[in-house]
Amino acid sequence: MPKQPTRSPSVLLPANLQPRAAVDHGFIPVRAKLIEVAAFLDRVERYGAADDFRCAALRSAAEILVDGRPERARRILESLSDPTTAPEEKSSGKAALGAWLPQPTARGARKVKGKASAARR
Amino acid sequence: MRYIEPHGHMVSRTTDDYQAMVTAGCVAVCEPAFWAGFDRGSVSGFRDYYRQLTEYEPARAAKFHLPHFSWLCLNPKESEDLALARDVLAIIPEFLARPNVLGIGEIGLNRNTRNEMKVLEDHVALAVAHDQLILVHTPHLEDKLKGTQLILDVLGAHRGVKPERVIIDHVEEHTIQRVLDRGFWAGITLYPDSKSSPPRAVDMLEICGRERIWMNSACDWGVSDPLAVPKTALEMRRRGHSEDFIDAVLFRNPHRFLSQCPKFRIAAGAGA
Repeated sequence: MPKQPTRSPSVLLPANLQPRAAVDHGFIPVRAKLIEVAAFLDRVERYGAADDFRCAALRSAAEILVDGRPERARRILESLSDPTTAPEEKSSGKAALGAWLPQPTARGARKVKGKASAARR
Repeated sequence: MRYIEPHGHMVSRTTDDYQAMVTAGCVAVCEPAFWAGFDRGSVSGFRDYYRQLTEYEPARAAKFHLPHFSWLCLNPKESEDLALARDVLAIIPEFLARPNVLGIGEIGLNRNTRNEMKVLEDHVALAVAHDQLILVHTPHLEDKLKGTQLILDVLGAHRGVKPERVIIDHVEEHTIQRVLDRGFWAGITLYPDSKSSPPRAVDMLEICGRERIWMNSACDWGVSDPLAVPKTALEMRRRGHSEDFIDAVLFRNPHRFLSQCPKFRIAAGAGA
């Protein structure tokens, strides 16, 4: 994982900040998205696909939501990212999948190529 | 409200989109060279595309009184064929003097391969040699964090690169601060399902500040919204941000970056 950048010391909030309005406006759409996540996890279990690496990555990332620490969006994005640092030798020709799948070795085990740090904040 | 759409793939859009953008307050649109959805097979295919970006599309936009600017390159998705990439880069200088060309872009990485890195380095060298602005695409999804770092390394290794003349696009919460920390501009792309939503984009402004940041829709032939930028202004207003804040982010910031190219001129009526 690349070195962490500096964090911005200041937060640029509107002058007439209305905390309740942020909840009023955002709660219903986000409630819907959370239920979509739950329904998706139920669905992939029902379909026998819950062990897909993307589903596992999603469950792991979801733990960040309730760990009580800030910068959840950044940390979830990092948890779904390729943590290696070396360029790939060649393209797979396929599109990105949304979660990182370690490269298989000849013995079938998972190998982390050029991994600099296992830190997942 | 006035705004600049600094990244839209208008050759993929209908004229209805031009009409809607102008109605919403768009005063200029900038179009980086892009992947066609399939790999072009020859240099002549790219030459035709560059003619489209520098001749046909500006004329189409002009029907709606919208200034159209473009960026030229070979997209990272087409960087695996090094021989073709070399031949395509060789024709780009033929087009750099055209009146609507702002610089080299969107260059960058797609799957973070060594060939993509080589072509990125060649593009950067081309831009520096011709004193061009640079617009950088960062990879998708799980490849973005690593790709952004590799891109920063490539840019940092070239002594001729001036960070204030480079914008690194498609940043998200895990990449924005490291781009700003290195002195580059950062682009936030408002795109369904991947990249950023309007609420997350405004969160990033509130956390990282509004300096050296622009927003764009990157509307293209996929599911995307050419009005994503003005819709983000609505999100800012809902939160109580001032009209001056909105104008700074949606107009003055992109205007400041793009005006580093003397060819970027828009009508006085736009208030610049």
